[in-house]
Amino acid sequence: MLITNILSYEFVQRALITGVLIAAACSILGVFLVLRRLSLIGDGLAHVTFGSVAIVLLIGFSPLYVTLAALPLVVVSSIAILHLTRSRRIHGDAAIGIVSSIGIALGVIMASLSGGYNADLLSYLFGNILTATQTELILSFIIFTAVILFVVFFYRDLFTVTFDEELAKSMGVKTNRVNVILMILTAAAVVSAMKIAGIMLVSALLILPPVAALQFSLSFKSTIIASFIFSVISVIGGMLFSFTFNLPTGGTIVIFNAVFLVIVLFAKKMLRTQR
Amino acid sequence: MPSTIISTQNLTYSYNSTRAISDISFKLEKGDYLGIVGPNGSGKSTLVKNILGILTPLSGSIYLFGQPQNEFRQWEKIGYLPQKLSALNTHFPGSVSEITAMGLKKRKAHEIKNALDMMGIAHLASRLIGELSYGEQQRVMLARALVSQPDLLIFDEPTTALDPETRDIFYSLTEKLNRTNKTTIILVTHDIGIIGKYARRLLYMDKKVLFTGTFEEFCASSEMTGFFGSGSQHIICHQHNVLETIN
Repeated sequence: MLITNILSYEFVQRALITGVLIAAACSILGVFLVLRRLSLIGDGLAHVTFGSVAIVLLIGFSPLYVTLAALPLVVVSSIAILHLTRSRRIHGDAAIGIVSSIGIALGVIMASLSGGYNADLLSYLFGNILTATQTELILSFIIFTAVILFVVFFYRDLFTVTFDEELAKSMGVKTNRVNVILMILTAAAVVSAMKIAGIMLVSALLILPPVAALQFSLSFKSTIIASFIFSVISVIGGMLFSFTFNLPTGGTIVIFNAVFLVIVLFAKKMLRTQR
Repeated sequence: MPSTIISTQNLTYSYNSTRAISDISFKLEKGDYLGIVGPNGSGKSTLVKNILGILTPLSGSIYLFGQPQNEFRQWEKIGYLPQKLSALNTHFPGSVSEITAMGLKKRKAHEIKNALDMMGIAHLASRLIGELSYGEQQRVMLARALVSQPDLLIFDEPTTALDPETRDIFYSLTEKLNRTNKTTIILVTHDIGIIGKYARRLLYMDKKVLFTGTFEEFCASSEMTGFFGSGSQHIICHQHNVLETIN
């Protein structure tokens, strides 16, 4: 089937726009998370999303509103990770692990109570962007806009906190406010991204584009822009490739991101060898 | 501007159940050059972090430029150089100019250039911080602390990674800023020779303040001889050119 034919379907257009908006939001947030060594927070929140979706499905929410209904618990969990990390007695990776395992455990129990893993829950585990609803499109637009506004209005604070949080505090930066907003937006992006890549692969959207962008040794702003460009190309390329060859969309998008990273790493190595 | 730059009353801080500093009270007036000394683990850096709001005291009060610290907003008046960055990521995509500009509310190219020139690193302006040596990174952090021409400079072990030549340039610069611009300076260091040479007042602490006063008072204090030993006290006082005064 021709690409133009595929793109003429309204549900494909909706899926493409939703995918681009959410992947772009993830790639921008990912720059701050990767540099602060919080990359795995995406994985942890994805696991909580699994538990949250299982609860929402058990309660009996309409599939149209599952993403929206799953959001509050994931946001609360992201704040819990932040507070556990700040307690000084628990390292960041352990805090993520604690919240993540509670999320999975909740999901398993809820899935069992609802009579096992039904088709709905499995579709969230592996993602299915083509089923993106109008609500999810609007939600992804709101999240993308919120991320852009956050970066624009808090750029200096974000730069300073990402460089060194203690130094930022000494400069009067309200680090707690910056961290809470970053966590809430990350939680919202992760919940929305489960439709694109699935709960199992959602952290790839937060990690792979920033890591590829960081290989170029660009300035801070340019790194954010490069990460954004990588993610958008990967989503569009991955979706069209998956439609053409009838492959799972989420997995194909992640593989596109990974291929980008491998090419960048290889090119960097070649350049070093030539010097 | 109020003449009292910092005032602390009964400042106490604990890490979990371990008391780090206890009942610290002192005042710093405009134009002072205060050296803070004490053994390892004596709470010097903890004191500085409480003053700067990085840590929240368990009890006591802190006033900065006449305002309670929690109401203080003019942080560009303070330049701070930490003992070490928590965890400088070598992949951090920030150029030397961008890092230096962190000290300014609004980016001003000529102020950034002046600060980089002062530290002799203007030629590194477009390089990424992660590509530099530790000594060069430290000079960038010094430039960042100086860029807003602050009224108060706080240096916590500032020259550990610097070569002797750059170290001398740095201390001469702090002395010049203190004498000509009346910039108030707090210097935390283990190097008692440096304290003796540049600071004009001294605070000796070991979780609590054991001595605070001028060098003349320090050199005349038999209690301090007990802490430092007569040899070390002699070196400090000699550096400060007050040996003849106490003889």
